[in-house]
Amino acid sequence: MSPLDMQVEETEAARVLGICNACRYCEGFCAVFPATFRRLEFGPKDVHFLANLCHQCGACLHACQYAPPHEFSLNVPRAMARVRVKTWSEFAWPPALGRLYRRNGLVLSLALAATVAAFLALVMASSGSLWIVPDGGFYAVVSHEAMVGLFAPVFGWAVVALTIGVMRFWRSNPPGPSSAAAMREATADVLSLAYLGGGHGEGCNNSDDAFSLARRRFHHATFYGFMLCFAATSVATLYHYVGGMPAPYGFASLPKILGMSGGVLLVGGTAGLFWLNLTRDPLQGAPERKSMDLGFVALLGLTAASGLALALLGRLIALPLLLALHLGAVMALFATMPYSKFAHGVYRGAALVRWAVEKRRPNEVILADE
Amino acid sequence: MIGGGNAALCAALTAREAGARVLLLEAAPRAWRGGNSAHVRNIRCMHDAPQDVLVEAYPEEEFWQDLLKVTGGLTDETLARIAIRASATCRPWLVRHGARFQPSLTGALHTARTNAFFLGGGKAMLNAYYRSAQRLGVRVRYEAPVERIDVQNRRFVAAWVRDERFVARACVLAAGGFESNREWLREAWGRNQWGEYPGDNFLIRGTRFNTGALLAFMLDIGADRIGDPSQSHMVAIDARAPLYDGGICTRIDCVSLGVVVNRDAERFYDEGEDFWPKRYAIWGRLVAQQRGQIAHSIIDAKAVGRFMPPVFPGVRADTLAGLARELHLDEARLVATVEQFNAACRGGKFDHTVLDDCRTEGIAPSKSHWARPIDTPPFFGYTVRPGVTFTYLGLKTGEDSAVRFGGVPSDNLFVAGEMMAGNVLGMGYAAGVGMTIGTAFGRIAGARAAAAAKGGGTKKELEDVAA
Repeated sequence: MSPLDMQVEETEAARVLGICNACRYCEGFCAVFPATFRRLEFGPKDVHFLANLCHQCGACLHACQYAPPHEFSLNVPRAMARVRVKTWSEFAWPPALGRLYRRNGLVLSLALAATVAAFLALVMASSGSLWIVPDGGFYAVVSHEAMVGLFAPVFGWAVVALTIGVMRFWRSNPPGPSSAAAMREATADVLSLAYLGGGHGEGCNNSDDAFSLARRRFHHATFYGFMLCFAATSVATLYHYVGGMPAPYGFASLPKILGMSGGVLLVGGTAGLFWLNLTRDPLQGAPERKSMDLGFVALLGLTAASGLALALLGRLIALPLLLALHLGAVMALFATMPYSKFAHGVYRGAALVRWAVEKRRPNEVILADE
Repeated sequence: MIGGGNAALCAALTAREAGARVLLLEAAPRAWRGGNSAHVRNIRCMHDAPQDVLVEAYPEEEFWQDLLKVTGGLTDETLARIAIRASATCRPWLVRHGARFQPSLTGALHTARTNAFFLGGGKAMLNAYYRSAQRLGVRVRYEAPVERIDVQNRRFVAAWVRDERFVARACVLAAGGFESNREWLREAWGRNQWGEYPGDNFLIRGTRFNTGALLAFMLDIGADRIGDPSQSHMVAIDARAPLYDGGICTRIDCVSLGVVVNRDAERFYDEGEDFWPKRYAIWGRLVAQQRGQIAHSIIDAKAVGRFMPPVFPGVRADTLAGLARELHLDEARLVATVEQFNAACRGGKFDHTVLDDCRTEGIAPSKSHWARPIDTPPFFGYTVRPGVTFTYLGLKTGEDSAVRFGGVPSDNLFVAGEMMAGNVLGMGYAAGVGMTIGTAFGRIAGARAAAAAKGGGTKKELEDVAA
């Protein structure tokens, strides 16, 4: 099957967007609508682009005069969510893994985290107790070389697989030449989560038709927390290879400050997103995606929480056990990255760039403007 | 407050702000609340200078002249001017209660000067008003249709919901017109020269809850009436639209780009007479006057992508004869009608943005603008029926928004929205003017009702709202 088939998800999205195109009341909420209104027909390429442009804010659902119980039963966020998860799996490389994840995302992530953690714990237990606090910190339990040897390939593979997937997505529907202004705009939209603002800056919908900035704030905490953790790892890598200063680092060191603040933001952000997801109006998303979405947020939260625990408690108790937990979670996060909800950020970024380029091109649909 | 749409909420919010305790009785369940306001797109507003989403200026006099034109003079200048002036100043109040505006929509830029578009449309606006009402402590009862009220000596005493009686010191009637009452529509339009009941073939663009029960009750007990029951805002919509609540997306907007034929494959009106706002408002009625209350808008490939995309795909064929077959029209007659039209097309430069010089010569009816031969396959046909937006029969009122009995206004019974819009709109329509009227008189009625409930109210308070 090619990613550009018109299957049940794409067909439903095309039906929904066709009705939106004839109504247009939601134009000001986000980029999906102006992008929709530049089209007259919605083939699979358009549908996958628009679905990834959708931030699932829910504003158009609560505003919709055609939403259930109307017989048109229009639900843009749901239709988009269903196409989006297909994008991540159908464009994924290798496709078989993408499909496997789509069917069993939550189970796969958690099972992987548990298996890796158990395996590591077993290895560590065979050479000593899980409850000790060895003198040399965690490198005394798993050597730096072993960690790099274990994680570098998995991380590298995640980056390669995700890049191939997004490139396939991009090339399936190239928007034409880009410009600096378009790139600037797309970057700003990503970094500020512009489209979780609801068009009026008051935020998006969660449990009802009231607007709230909670999702944007928790997402910011999650995103920037993740980036801080990534920065911490990068700085530590430099310290190790360039500065000749191997871990562990003190609490006042740069890697620790970055990592700890990132970890705290990540734990808070993912807890908030988890809670928002649980309290969200069930109409807003696809029910079959709930466990996948929650699973990803949980895994991210677990990675951050176990990392924090390792940093704070590892000096006191059970360092090998905490380390096994943390490494298991990190491993599962990396391994599923190209197919999990993590992919949404990369595909959304690509869609936002595409939109920023497309909107600067002449509109081919010239409606009678009398 | 009886009703749950824009006018009722404007009245409820105003009355609550004025200190009254307010109960709002909405006939529909929560999911369908708000009546026709859920389908609203914009509000027509006067302004003397650019105002946030509104460009240039739309002065009072121009608004008034537009209203005069569309109603053919069937309007009340005093009430019309009250609504027009209120539209200049009401938007900050609407925003305070959560309404948000957006620039004119793509494909509707012709209204960027005259109409302020609600972000997300009428349902988003209603959601905001209901949230505001809840915050302010307005009590709301859903599934509470009021079909009769107790009136003594022109004073409101109580409203009935089934066998439950609600006593109040004042009341605002804002429960809509009667457009979703099939029997009443049938009766109002009567039988035509072919023995048909045209009303049976109308589709209702809005709520199924506007049965007009309370309106009928009020007329029965002798409230002064206004308007002709056969008058309404009626547009040509896709015949495949749902019976109720098809809303905006079912309109067919390619009339001026082709020809429109009736069941006999004959043209019957100048498709290029005028721009969209006027055209939009007259074609429902034109179709209602045709046999079978049905017509077909026919275009060729040149028109594709030049009008608001219709919600259902058109019937498509590579030849006119083929199109006729698909539309169940007489092949020879349709081909003859189109060929005759094509042969009559004259003139120069097609420009859909102005009243151009592409017109027909020597056929009747003529097409005065945008006439281009229909000769480029594929051809498309859209079958249309009359779609009723709202009816104009209502209760006569005045500047005070009070219901009148034998010319004497009630002290504590007021009317707003569709139930009195006929005072301003005797016939015809201009986009967004229903909201202008509903908002202005909703707020006046709310202020008056609050004052009546408190036993008076200062003149200043009432003037503030009326302004």
